Amino acid sequence: MDVLQTTLSNGLKVLLKEIHTTPIISHWLWVKVGSRDETPGITGVSHWVEHMQFKGTPNFPAGKLDKDISRDGGYWNAMTYIDWTAYFETMPANKIDLALRLEADRMVNTYFKPEEVASERTVIISERQGNENSPMFLLDEDVQTAAFHSHPYRHEVIGTMADLQSMTRDDLYNHYKKFYTPNNAVLAIAGDFDSNALLARIQELYEGIPGDSVPPRVAKDEPEPSEERRVVTKGPGETIFVKAAYRSLRATDPDFFALSVADSLLAGPSSLNIFSGGISNKTSRLYQRLVENELAVSVSGGLQATIDPYLYDLTITVHPEKKAKDVIGPLDEEIARLQDSPPKPAELARAVKQAQALFAYGSESITNQAFWLGFAEIFDTYNWFLTYLERLEAVTPEQVQQAAQKYLRSERRVLGIYQPDGRPVAEEE
Amino acid sequence: MNAVVNLPKQKLPLSSIPGADDITRVVLANGIVVLARENPNSQAVTLRGYLLAGSLFDPDEKLGLADFVASALMRGTAKREFQAIYDSLESIGASFGLSGGTHTAGFGGRSLAEDLPLLLELLNESLRRPTFPKTQVEKLRAQLLTGLALRAQDTRDMASLIFDVLVYRDHPYARAEEGHTQTVGAITVDDLVNFHKKIYGPNGMVLAVVGGIEAEKAVAEVRTTLEDWQNLEQPTVPQLPEWKPLESRVSKRHPIPGKSQSDLIIGTVGPARSAPDYMAANLGNNILGHFGLMGRVGDVVREQAGLAYYAYSNLGGGSGPGPWAVAAGVNPANEEKATDLIFKELARFTDELVTEEEISDSKSNFIGSMPLSLETNGGVAEALLNVERHKLGLDYYRRFPDEIRAITREQIRDAAAHYLPNEKMAVSIAGPNRAEA
Repeated sequence: MDVLQTTLSNGLKVLLKEIHTTPIISHWLWVKVGSRDETPGITGVSHWVEHMQFKGTPNFPAGKLDKDISRDGGYWNAMTYIDWTAYFETMPANKIDLALRLEADRMVNTYFKPEEVASERTVIISERQGNENSPMFLLDEDVQTAAFHSHPYRHEVIGTMADLQSMTRDDLYNHYKKFYTPNNAVLAIAGDFDSNALLARIQELYEGIPGDSVPPRVAKDEPEPSEERRVVTKGPGETIFVKAAYRSLRATDPDFFALSVADSLLAGPSSLNIFSGGISNKTSRLYQRLVENELAVSVSGGLQATIDPYLYDLTITVHPEKKAKDVIGPLDEEIARLQDSPPKPAELARAVKQAQALFAYGSESITNQAFWLGFAEIFDTYNWFLTYLERLEAVTPEQVQQAAQKYLRSERRVLGIYQPDGRPVAEEE
Repeated sequence: MNAVVNLPKQKLPLSSIPGADDITRVVLANGIVVLARENPNSQAVTLRGYLLAGSLFDPDEKLGLADFVASALMRGTAKREFQAIYDSLESIGASFGLSGGTHTAGFGGRSLAEDLPLLLELLNESLRRPTFPKTQVEKLRAQLLTGLALRAQDTRDMASLIFDVLVYRDHPYARAEEGHTQTVGAITVDDLVNFHKKIYGPNGMVLAVVGGIEAEKAVAEVRTTLEDWQNLEQPTVPQLPEWKPLESRVSKRHPIPGKSQSDLIIGTVGPARSAPDYMAANLGNNILGHFGLMGRVGDVVREQAGLAYYAYSNLGGGSGPGPWAVAAGVNPANEEKATDLIFKELARFTDELVTEEEISDSKSNFIGSMPLSLETNGGVAEALLNVERHKLGLDYYRRFPDEIRAITREQIRDAAAHYLPNEKMAVSIAGPNRAEA
């Protein structure tokens, strides 16, 4: 295995993968905090903290850090999700020290100035309003809320509008102090470097930061769902969307790979590459049934690798001349078909070949390789990624059938419909 | 500490920046230009290219025709039906597709390197022997019409559509290449067949192959598949009329009931890629609305005023006079405030020299980030097509740092003043009804 893995004395997990094909390094700092660590009243706090991380420290004041990275030709960004917050910089190899210093610094030294919190509040509210312009966001939010009773997965990462309006500077700062510690983070770097030299530099930068106790988690086990719930979201537009969201399973669950294959058969393979797209799904069972029969114009599936059981969703854009009920029956029949009889071995072989190709595409990008180095550490270990293909290959037709029987039962799902509310649609120019 | 160190060294390409010594460029007998570059580190291959079959050929009443044709080419060929086409692709994890544009129709796909012949064969069948089966055409039409219905609900798309109408007026760039509900509804199967028969041909077609395959071998495979294609009817691309500058500031607000946020676009027309001042404008645009957290515009509108989640500027710079504009997503109550701030920034940009620090920062940014864009097979394929489309020369990416270093502050100000006269710009806004805001 060509990856150096170690844990510093303060608990920071470090993974380094040398790739010498091009003089580029991609540096990722993963913090184990996301919306699953939020309580009502401060929903959206993890994402807002991520925004504040661009507002400066004494060493890298606002307006300096972004310019420093750009000046060196790097690109960078940050993302907050339900289980994690990640910061990355992809840089020319000889400039990587800047990313190392910057991330070590803002792990502990971000200001959280009240005036910056105030100006960022309106930016984040604007981000949420931009999301609200999309019918799918409105539907997703309703489906998520209906899908969980108490687990924080029930609210959107961006948070509710009420919380975004009322959250205080101290709420943000306390969240930052609680979760941004070396022992709650993973540093993953891939690219053109010497691992031993880089590790020495990482030790120099991070070992002065004390490890704290691992923060307690607020996420509690959610009871198993016992009956199907239906939600109807009304809003502007002409297009109907249907979303079937089934309570899924932990990424570490042995059934995860069988459900991945089921997803691939039903709706086409999910891409594992965040910076490079997937492949089409026109031969998938649901495309064939729904789109080829002119009941829908598109269908997609999404299975995510998460810490706690989240949602496996199927999203359908209904044909302009059809209704939601026209697609729900056939959708259920296709799921029943998978539950009633195991798929053919050739279908499994195809799912594996697709996954192999997607892996080959993903490995072209150093940024993507560094992403995987850290991402899998959030819910398991890097080994999860390394053994992904072989575990997918080991799945049998019967296991796929059993996964469909176990996880795709209607009592495990929320069925959401986005129904245009009939208000006049603006005239097209 | 338990370190596990095991460091295999990969095979290195000659240089990470493509140049004349490692790009193979061949012109086939029928005029197709083939560009190829091997990436010995990749198991995959990317195929991309374009033909001169864009929406410039569309009649107004059937706008969207070129786009419809490109999207329909893979719905069935003389050799394979729709199902068989996608079965061959998806069963090996490959992807391939065609889509319409203004000047050209584009195509692209990728596969494991050994499957390149399949991608080429699908390209060949789609381009030369499409059958446009009626049932498939109707399925596709429903998808296109749904896309247009979603566009009508998308504030960003609608702001952009209206911006083009305001700025380009009777110039062909005023038209939306995907068409409108009525024009797409009016297109018949015969229209598709006739457009394809007349317009599609090898003249002006360019194709790039990049990945884990030797360049010579890639060229040979393209030659075997496509060199015997002819279309004696193929017309030349219609000449673009000259774009006439706006005479005053124009604006339009398009209400979309029920939305939460407004999107606004402010700007006019910038240089074509071939214009001598394009690179100065491009570097200037980086200062105006890209560098760091979206340049000066991002700093003023987002960072200081907190008015928007996104605010940036964009310079089109394609085959013709593309737009040069600032875009932002704002709360409907802040539309005027944001517009005023953006106009102030545009005035500062056209009236004053950028600072030494700004130009130096942006030069380093351009030069440093260029290799990052060439990391993947897709990135290199795009670079090769860019070089061919705009006749930049095979060594363009190696000359690039020197070209950037030579740009002066005065050249940026002159380009800005020439293209962005403050009183002759368009303001386009799409957002909720005023009463809802």
